[in-house]
Amino acid sequence: MSFWEYVRTTHQQLLTDAYQHASVVFQCMVVATALGVLIGVTTYRSAWAGNVATTAGSMLLTIPSLAMIGLLIPLVGLGVPPTVIALTLYGLLPVVRNAIVGLRGVDPALTEAARGIGMSRLARLLRVELPLAWPPILTGIRVSTQMLMGIAAIAAYASGPGLGNEIFRGIASLGSANALNQVLAGTVGIIILALLFDAAYVLIGRLTISRGIRA
Amino acid sequence: MPDAPPASPPPAASPGDGDGSAAGRRSDSHGATIELEALTKRYPGSGAPAVDNVNMEIRAGETVIFVGPSGCGKSTTLKMINRLIEPSGGRIRIGGEDVTDIDPVRLRRKVGYAIQSSGLFPHMTVAQNIGLVPRMTGWRKTRIKERVEEMLDLVGLDPGEFLGRYPRQLSGGQQQRVGVARALAADPPVLLMDEPFGAVDPITRDHLQDELIRLQQELHKTIVFVTHDFDEAIKLGDRIAVLRERSHIAQFDTPEAILTNPADDFVSGFVGAGAALKRLNLSRVRDVEITDIPTVTVDTPLQQIFNSLRASGTSEILLLDRNHRPYKWLRRGDLMRAKGSLARAGTLVTDTVTRDATLRDALEAVLTDSSGRAAVTGRRGEYIGVVDMETLMNSVHELLEEDRLEALEHQHDLETTRSAQTHAEQEGGDAGGRKA
Repeated sequence: MSFWEYVRTTHQQLLTDAYQHASVVFQCMVVATALGVLIGVTTYRSAWAGNVATTAGSMLLTIPSLAMIGLLIPLVGLGVPPTVIALTLYGLLPVVRNAIVGLRGVDPALTEAARGIGMSRLARLLRVELPLAWPPILTGIRVSTQMLMGIAAIAAYASGPGLGNEIFRGIASLGSANALNQVLAGTVGIIILALLFDAAYVLIGRLTISRGIRA
Repeated sequence: MPDAPPASPPPAASPGDGDGSAAGRRSDSHGATIELEALTKRYPGSGAPAVDNVNMEIRAGETVIFVGPSGCGKSTTLKMINRLIEPSGGRIRIGGEDVTDIDPVRLRRKVGYAIQSSGLFPHMTVAQNIGLVPRMTGWRKTRIKERVEEMLDLVGLDPGEFLGRYPRQLSGGQQQRVGVARALAADPPVLLMDEPFGAVDPITRDHLQDELIRLQQELHKTIVFVTHDFDEAIKLGDRIAVLRERSHIAQFDTPEAILTNPADDFVSGFVGAGAALKRLNLSRVRDVEITDIPTVTVDTPLQQIFNSLRASGTSEILLLDRNHRPYKWLRRGDLMRAKGSLARAGTLVTDTVTRDATLRDALEAVLTDSSGRAAVTGRRGEYIGVVDMETLMNSVHELLEEDRLEALEHQHDLETTRSAQTHAEQEGGDAGGRKA
């Protein structure tokens, strides 16, 4: 059976897997972004706290994803929970780091001007600092998403959702007629999803980054 | 809270040219007094205070310039007025109210703040930047919009063109204007300016200074302005505080008094050479006699132009364009040589001065203009009159004479106080008297 024939016959299953893959990455990214920006906002003003946050994130990232999911199974069981926890943790670092870098990169003259014209701490953060730090934060989110696309495939190891199932099934039945097709379908699916997400981020950037600071 | 309606008159109703005092009376004085009492800033870990025991009273509607060498604490002193830097000791009173311990955000909404390189937020449009403070204080949308347009008009930018622009689409001078507009948007009684024109080129700086003078004639805010440029201080200040290290006040007086009667070597060193020339910066064209010369416009029939030329005692007449702006100097014979063509005859007017221009600018214009006089123009560039060398010389002689008398009087006062203080210091007063 050729690759195209395989895709045609199993497209229902592939679409479901792809949808679940995209869905889990998207939801984890939302949580990771919220958490990451929050961590960035609370730590960027102190050199010490900011460095701790970034270092902790880097350390998390060095844990092999397979090991991370494996370690989570005894704690939270199989299926969706270990997938979501692992993906969120991996997604944090680029967002945290770029949030800290972005917020620290805001021209001090501007924050002082904001103070000088009578903006409260919260107003300065929401109206001046975060909008100015948003481009690097968005880049962080983009990098995170790309990374999670690949890592999410590993989730199938813990019976998680997504295109990883396709790949794992292929690997488990190596030598059989459709083994290669399965691995290929899963991989190509992930690449396509990653490209679609990237296109979406370009659009989001267009819509949310002020024309005044767009490169 | 900005309870008052916009202070400045609607732009359409503003006077054609610099009749500033009348405009000032129409837009009631909005300034507030500022009193600094034993104001001190001490940074932890450093022995000597950065600002040491500053006492100063600034009158409502007055422009006071802090001038001094780098690192003398002038900027720190300014930032303590809106408590961007919290004082370690002393009191600040604005309009009689002690603001040393009130919520700094509330304080800063009453105190406009403009800084070097404008401090505009690059991600906001001009309109959003200017409307920021009014929006935070809860103005209605329509009122904010009106106010933003009014402010742009006030600083000489066309609202239609600039409202939607981002700061990076503006020149340095335009950014600075918007910065001032933002600082004034909520109509604060006090305006603090921290070297606002430090980062623009000299020509633009000159324009901005003129604009500020015009603005202040309309608005009568209390302005505290920091600069290290003494010439800028002379040009803008009602009074100048010359500061030395740790913000000690070396002299706090009118520009005239500082120029003619510097308190000590530090001040005279800072004033620099050419005090007499600098004195020219302190008087404006409006203060001297403006003479009239015969004018014709480009629409005047040629025959009439010939007649005017022949009739004029001066051998020159001024040709105005359709908007009554000075266009060309015409001398006898010019028209002949150009074979009756107005387009080719005469020499172009290269330099004009407004009534707000300083005598120094006027002198410059007179020296460079081929006819030895400079045309004086109104706000829209229309012809008002001319100044020439003779008028300038006479005025300057009068001014210097007045200054000399004033300085003598000042010196005399000083002597009296000193002799009253101690008998021994009477000789010191005599020594000072000789200097004048």
